Amino acid sequence: MTKGKVTDVKELKHIAKKIRLHILHMLTKSGSGHTGGSLSAVDVAVAIYFSKMNFNPKDPSWKNRDRFILSKGHAAPLLYAIMAEAGYFPMDVIDNLRKVESPLQGHPCCTSLPGVEVSTGSLGQGLSVANGIALGLRLDNNPARVFCVMGDGEIQEGQIWEAAMTAAHYKIDNLCAVVDNNGLQIDGPVQKVMGIAPIHDKWAAFGWHVIGIDGHNMEKILNALNEAESVKGKPTVIIANTTKGKGVSFFEDKVEYHGITPTPEEYERAVKEIHNG
Amino acid sequence: MGERAESKEQRAESSEKKAKATRDEYGDTLLELGKKRSDIVVLDADLSGSTKTAKFAKAFPGRFFNMGIAEQDMVGTAAGFSLTGKVPFASTFAVFETGRAWDQIRLTVCYSNTNVKLVATHSGITVGEDGASHQALEDIALMRALPNMTVIVPADAAETASVINAVADFKGPVYVRLGRAKVPYVMPDDYKFKIGKAFAFKIGKDVNIIAAGIMVAIAKKAADILSKDGIDTGVINMSTIKPLDGETLLKAARNSKLIVTAEEHSIIGGLGGAVCEFLAENHPVPVKRIGINDTFGCSGSPDELLKIHGLTAEDIVKTVKNAI
Repeated sequence: MTKGKVTDVKELKHIAKKIRLHILHMLTKSGSGHTGGSLSAVDVAVAIYFSKMNFNPKDPSWKNRDRFILSKGHAAPLLYAIMAEAGYFPMDVIDNLRKVESPLQGHPCCTSLPGVEVSTGSLGQGLSVANGIALGLRLDNNPARVFCVMGDGEIQEGQIWEAAMTAAHYKIDNLCAVVDNNGLQIDGPVQKVMGIAPIHDKWAAFGWHVIGIDGHNMEKILNALNEAESVKGKPTVIIANTTKGKGVSFFEDKVEYHGITPTPEEYERAVKEIHNG
Repeated sequence: MGERAESKEQRAESSEKKAKATRDEYGDTLLELGKKRSDIVVLDADLSGSTKTAKFAKAFPGRFFNMGIAEQDMVGTAAGFSLTGKVPFASTFAVFETGRAWDQIRLTVCYSNTNVKLVATHSGITVGEDGASHQALEDIALMRALPNMTVIVPADAAETASVINAVADFKGPVYVRLGRAKVPYVMPDDYKFKIGKAFAFKIGKDVNIIAAGIMVAIAKKAADILSKDGIDTGVINMSTIKPLDGETLLKAARNSKLIVTAEEHSIIGGLGGAVCEFLAENHPVPVKRIGINDTFGCSGSPDELLKIHGLTAEDIVKTVKNAI
């Protein structure tokens, strides 16, 4: 039911570039939104959507679709850029990010935009919903899979660990979680605000299969997604080490670009960089 | 609006039936629903013996999910289930269901408009001896403030059965408030609950008591005393607190001098609050609210606590007599 899946690394990288450009365009146009955390998760999200997931943009509630939950809801521009690129809605709709009555709300809203599985934004809630979907699919013997992307700061929320227990307890193996481990949150470096290390050990201790990768290396991302699919009897989490603001040198690793959008001038420079990158 | 006179036969029959806790009826009804419908799944947060979902768990272990002591995760998981077409019933004590998981209910149940049924037990002072930490006196206010949420408080076990069946068929978020203690049967045998429809036992010419939950039986007792004293008193079971049955409320307000609300919940934001909001804008009449007076509870038996909080039939009688 989906357009031919892309497994060619070069092509996936090309799609990731386009997604970055869409994100920068819509954020510059809206003048508000989250730049750094949208860009950091691009490569992982592109790989999931375009190489792994079965879905039908013309029938967003198709029963056998794979599900994608953006638990770090502030990265909404990333989700919208991917959905536009995948054909859920015309590309010009991205001009309306965060505008009154736009389907592209500041944080994803499932009642405004078909194809968004559940509304997110208040952090720490997506993994629980992903578990529920995965268990529901299992009850129906539906082979569809569930992907859930979280932020590293987000895993400070206690509910994440409740959900981590649930996924392991119920042996939810049709679920693949991803931590977008970009190291920064609003108030500064994650380790400084509230240390979460060692992340790998924490998830492993909760009973998960853990894969650590460079979250910008497309080959490694694809391998990790394949590995996750092959693991049975336990949930898998991919710790994707990423760079906040990835792809635009002057946004990279800058905590202030968590919630700030490019100026028109910065936009021009960023577009050039991405084209040349 | 379901207004009818209760026949002598019905009254006699009702009083012969034994009392039953609404949570017990919930467990029994859920079990029956489970037999009929494979789309029903049940979640609990380590209180299945108390919420009575254990009956469902025993019969349908594959469709029961104990989430441990993790209400926030339970609510999110329930939302996920509903997104695959399941009808999840998520249960725990009212204080944990509505308080602990409020943000989860707000985002993944109400804002996402998922088909989640939150059925909480041990609400209000019926949890009794456990004391204030366990007494949800604000749950109706918390749930009522959320867009898309339907809020229902059944008066007795029979109505609970009818409510659970109705919400299983209804699409959208629902909060059902149940108690711990046994409550007498008060609703007529042929009564069938409909979401958003109040039931008027009688519309009084002097005063009408709008009650919900365990206060319906108490309001009926008060009405009997008042009527004997020559005060024509009506009683309305407003089991759906949201959406409120404005039509029945208007009928009661237009036909009497005084409206009294009776609830086993804070007087702030609950049934009394809802009735006052509606009447102030649509048909202003004097209203007296009987409920928990902006205070935390304390340990004690439910009967003792009803007295301490001024929720007995005698308290209602006194309030009415002072007001008219």
